[in-house]
Amino acid sequence: MTSTYAPDRTTLFGIYKRVALLKANDERSRKVIMTGRLVMPYYSYRGQEVIPAAMATALTDDDYWVTIYRGIHDMLAKGMPLNDLWAEIAGRVDGTCKGKGGPMHLTYPEKGIMVTTGIVGSSMPIANGIAWGSQLKGNNRVTVATFGDGATNIGAFHESLNLASVWKLPVIFLCQNNLYSEHTTYEKATAAKRVADRAAAYNMPGVRVNGNDPVEMYAAAREAVDRARAGDGPTLIEAMTFRFYGHVFGDADAYMDKGQKQAAMDADPVPLFRARLIAEGIATEAELVAIEAEIETRIDTAVEFALASAFPDLGELTRDVYAEGEVA
Amino acid sequence: MNATATNAKPVTILQAINSALADAMAEDETVLVLGEDVADPEEGGVVGVTKGLSTRFGDHRVRSTPISEQAIIGAAIGASLVGFRPVAEIMLMNFTTVAMDMIVNHAAKLRFMSGGQTHVPIVIRTMTGTGFASGGQHCDYLEAWFAHTAGMKVVAPSNPADAYGLMRAAILDPDPVLYIENLPSYWTPGEAPPTGFVVPLGKARVAKEGTDITIVSYSRVLTEVLGAVEAMEAAGVSAEVIDLRTISPWDKETVFASVAKTGRCLIAHEAVTQFGVGAEIAATLQAEFFGQLKAPVGRLGAPYAPVPFSKPLEAAYAPTAARIAEVAIALTKDH
Ligand SMILES: Cc1ncc(C[n+]2csc(CCOP(=O)(O)OP(=O)(O)O)c2C)c(N)n1
Repeated sequence: MTSTYAPDRTTLFGIYKRVALLKANDERSRKVIMTGRLVMPYYSYRGQEVIPAAMATALTDDDYWVTIYRGIHDMLAKGMPLNDLWAEIAGRVDGTCKGKGGPMHLTYPEKGIMVTTGIVGSSMPIANGIAWGSQLKGNNRVTVATFGDGATNIGAFHESLNLASVWKLPVIFLCQNNLYSEHTTYEKATAAKRVADRAAAYNMPGVRVNGNDPVEMYAAAREAVDRARAGDGPTLIEAMTFRFYGHVFGDADAYMDKGQKQAAMDADPVPLFRARLIAEGIATEAELVAIEAEIETRIDTAVEFALASAFPDLGELTRDVYAEGEVA
Repeated sequence: MNATATNAKPVTILQAINSALADAMAEDETVLVLGEDVADPEEGGVVGVTKGLSTRFGDHRVRSTPISEQAIIGAAIGASLVGFRPVAEIMLMNFTTVAMDMIVNHAAKLRFMSGGQTHVPIVIRTMTGTGFASGGQHCDYLEAWFAHTAGMKVVAPSNPADAYGLMRAAILDPDPVLYIENLPSYWTPGEAPPTGFVVPLGKARVAKEGTDITIVSYSRVLTEVLGAVEAMEAAGVSAEVIDLRTISPWDKETVFASVAKTGRCLIAHEAVTQFGVGAEIAATLQAEFFGQLKAPVGRLGAPYAPVPFSKPLEAAYAPTAARIAEVAIALTKDH
């Protein structure tokens, strides 16, 4: 790992703040569903927090992101406000999409969050187009597409990597390899030994990193961002990780290897990261406790804001199908 | 908007589309063109619809792509989300099937799912049409699939002026538009429209006035309908012909006005009849004119079969002038 891109102490602290927010938000989401206060399909990202936190830290607000159903961590990392997020996943009018997108279709262009898709493998072709736009405008913005390991077996993945490489697009393909696609293990579904190896076929760098290690993940992200900004084209990053709570919240996990799962949970990247900050003297226990408490308060506020927000009126049923005044 | 064509020199549909793209690109630098072989080193497409554009506007704005239909539509969608107006070519309509996820799940829905925060002003150009012995996989009309998808608009010109005007409108439109070109009629000549001529989306054209029956059609079959009208007149039947021009959203007002006058309607199109555009129009008319129609609304399309290769079978597949006249006359006589 090149030290050129290693995060300094402030950067590392910044990544942790994002990680702490993502972890707390996932825990709250599961709690709110379990207590019956909200009903929604929920794809827990618990265990994968370091990847988007490090990636987002390597980006600016102006950069773009296209993500998937398991992408709330990506969006929070990129700066989606908690109130808007919670109102949307509650299907309320104050949500980012007036409640019409829901957890699988969040959009927040203000922070570059352009598309969230529920279709496996579809984040990449659209990310290419956004990156093409940046290339045409010469505005130096980078686009990140996130997806899972399973998505790399979809045709769109291959079409997208090929086109991005031929056109030298400023795009980063960030695979969050949590070793499962739905209930199927990586080995059963993917012929390539490593997702990163697939980059070779498209003449672009393919790197596999420990996505749970903030230093390694940040370095890979920075290197890819710099490459994209310099006009050197796309990078495929395979960030290794593990999801703790099954595919969709409520699934029984019977298909998962219990030992593997236990080992992954024992190596939970969040407390490890937290301990590291203290060990390296980057933050004190008291500082972290204060940050975490503030996050809880912000989430409390967001949940209450969301539940107090109105449902969209029924006129929304046929609004936004076409531009206003252009109704079919 | 309804400026009549003033340019005396005839042009083909193919030239009209080329001019529309060129004029739109010259006026608005956010208009882009992409697709397989569309740039000039690749000869401006298989039949040359986009010829000259990359030489004139640069290969950054007119890009030949790999054979990657999902990547083509995805790139168009993404670029449109950040302020461009891409015109993406899918070489043949059957190949849209390979990009259906991008079209149906993304282009058509992003405005709605984002609560109006984003929108997808793209044009998807594609061509199709029987008559070239292409067989089952290269000449289907699939317009009903797209018309059925909320969020998509679908247009199909039948003459050069409309081809130009509908393309200009489609590029200006804030939502995704599927623009269907017809291979066998690319070289059909007609009056050239003036530069900037726009045919508003959703507005049909009364191609010929008549009193006994309304015939609604679009794309190449419209030409067959106009051919049928002569035979019908010989049989003493006067037909009013409506060129829909925009399939979705279709111009109910114009069709209703005509059917209110004639009391009869036949819808003719090249796609298979079952579950087709004709079914939608027929159902709407029966609801609107129940008790007032002089005959059941008729539909005439292709048989419920893939497009055949063998010449006589292929010739019997799409509605012809003779068949249209026969069905239309029967509708006026039997009831
Ligand atoms: C095209 C498509 N096929 C199937 C599905 C159903 N599905 C939803 S998530 C999923 C697994 C995807 O796994 P992966 O890409 O590894 O992402 P992860 O969920 O692990 O983050 C499947 C099969 C879908 N949404 N889209």
